[in-house]
Amino acid sequence: MDIIQQIVAGDVRTIARVLRDIDDELPSSREVLQRLYPHTGKAHVIGFTGSPGVGKSSLVDQVATHYRKDSKTVGILAVDPTSPFTGGAILGDRIRMQRHFLDPGVFIRSLATRGQFGGLTRSTNDMVNVLDAAGKDVVLVETVGVGQDEVEVANSAHTTVLVMIPGMGDDIQAIKAGIMEIGNIFVVNKADREGSRKTVRELMNLIEIGVRRRNGEEWEPRIIETEAVKGRGIDKLYETIEQHKAYLLATGSQRWREAVEKRTRLQLLGVLKDLAFRAALERIEARGDSIDEMVRRIVDRQSDPYSVARQILEK
Amino acid sequence: MANGRKIRILVAKPGLDGHDRGARVVARAFRDAGFEVIYTGCHQTPEQIVSTALQEDVDLIGLSILSGAHRYSFPRIMELLRENNAADIAVVGGGIFPLEDIPMLKECGIKEIFEPGAKLGDIIEWVGKNISAHGDAAPLSS
Ligand SMILES: Nc1nc2c(ncn2[C@@H]2O[C@H](COP(=O)(O)OP(=O)(O)OP(=O)(O)O)[C@@H](O)[C@H]2O)c(=O)[nH]1
Ligand SMILES: [Mg+2]
Repeated sequence: MDIIQQIVAGDVRTIARVLRDIDDELPSSREVLQRLYPHTGKAHVIGFTGSPGVGKSSLVDQVATHYRKDSKTVGILAVDPTSPFTGGAILGDRIRMQRHFLDPGVFIRSLATRGQFGGLTRSTNDMVNVLDAAGKDVVLVETVGVGQDEVEVANSAHTTVLVMIPGMGDDIQAIKAGIMEIGNIFVVNKADREGSRKTVRELMNLIEIGVRRRNGEEWEPRIIETEAVKGRGIDKLYETIEQHKAYLLATGSQRWREAVEKRTRLQLLGVLKDLAFRAALERIEARGDSIDEMVRRIVDRQSDPYSVARQILEK
Repeated sequence: MANGRKIRILVAKPGLDGHDRGARVVARAFRDAGFEVIYTGCHQTPEQIVSTALQEDVDLIGLSILSGAHRYSFPRIMELLRENNAADIAVVGGGIFPLEDIPMLKECGIKEIFEPGAKLGDIIEWVGKNISAHGDAAPLSS
């Protein structure tokens, strides 16, 4: 069987290896992705993001269980940080998802952030496409992050769930408005802890500001309290995610298309940057030059970053 | 320019007891050596371990031994790997166990057994010498 057919048929080893090829930035993975593309575009991509330890994996586990009860197949991409000192990583999100390990309807992949070498975009979007092509009805993407990463998740998901915990009030105040605006659904997890209501109230205040600003958009961001370890509030979360999907898909609206366009734009720019950067590196190599050499020349004041970069790109 | 293949290792603890300190220490040592470690915690059945190894496309499974579960679980894991055409994934074990079990473990295909008290440095060195990212071989296809 052809590799594309194997992926579409859901062959675990093939899918796992292609994901690896993408992660390891093998040039051959581009061709596979290209041939796989016609099979993509069906999955509902849901991002879960928030600070370390707030309960993202526990929530993903619970939500996945609900989708399985609805006979939907699930792909999970769980991203943990790479150690900046050693380049290694401990990927521990699976600990919270053990009950899905033997379910053929769930494919879980742990990812490290790795270095964003030379500004290359992370390959998470490509991996979402693989799971989408493999027929997963929903793809849940868990990312840790504050700031830029979160915005990126939001742009690449159809629905974004921002996870917080009680007592994060001060943090919430500190979070830039831009980040609050990416959440379609806000979860205050660990609602068993003190201060949950207060955090909800603070969020409500903050979101109201956001709502006024995002004129024209009818989706009112929802705030949901959950206790992920006990499964409390998950029904509501699940329902709300599905409501958001229905909102995007509402007949006569262009919202789903807009969400897809946003995703696609991000992806196209990523591929463009990646290819351009690779082409530049090839040229540098072809000249017998190297980035290190170039840096040395610049530091020695024989040249400057602007001239060096332009020389490479000019024919 | 490709950074090359990154070695991925599953660290798992089969069996019923909930003591995973040893496994955690090894996981951290692997991370510090630059590997990507998938860590799944305690109480793992052979089926869960192999399913995880396949989905995560690991090069190595490191099993923590403590409670005697290895006599059943290690051979079963090897069998499941073979059934799934994944005999290329290496398996090693280490922890606390009777030394007389070593021949039986090696016989079922475990690539290396680290005896009680093995030094972390030696384990890392062994991995560096013996494990390469198996994706380096021809890509999977037809
Ligand atoms: N009290 C309480 N603890 C919870 C709840 N949800 C999760 N936890 C605990 O919080 C800890 C972290 O949960 P995870 O689901 O791993 O959180 P995470 O956000 O995925 O963590 P990272 O991936 O490490 O950023 C675990 O010990 C959970 O058992 C909750 O609703 N209440
Ligand atoms: Mg997590």
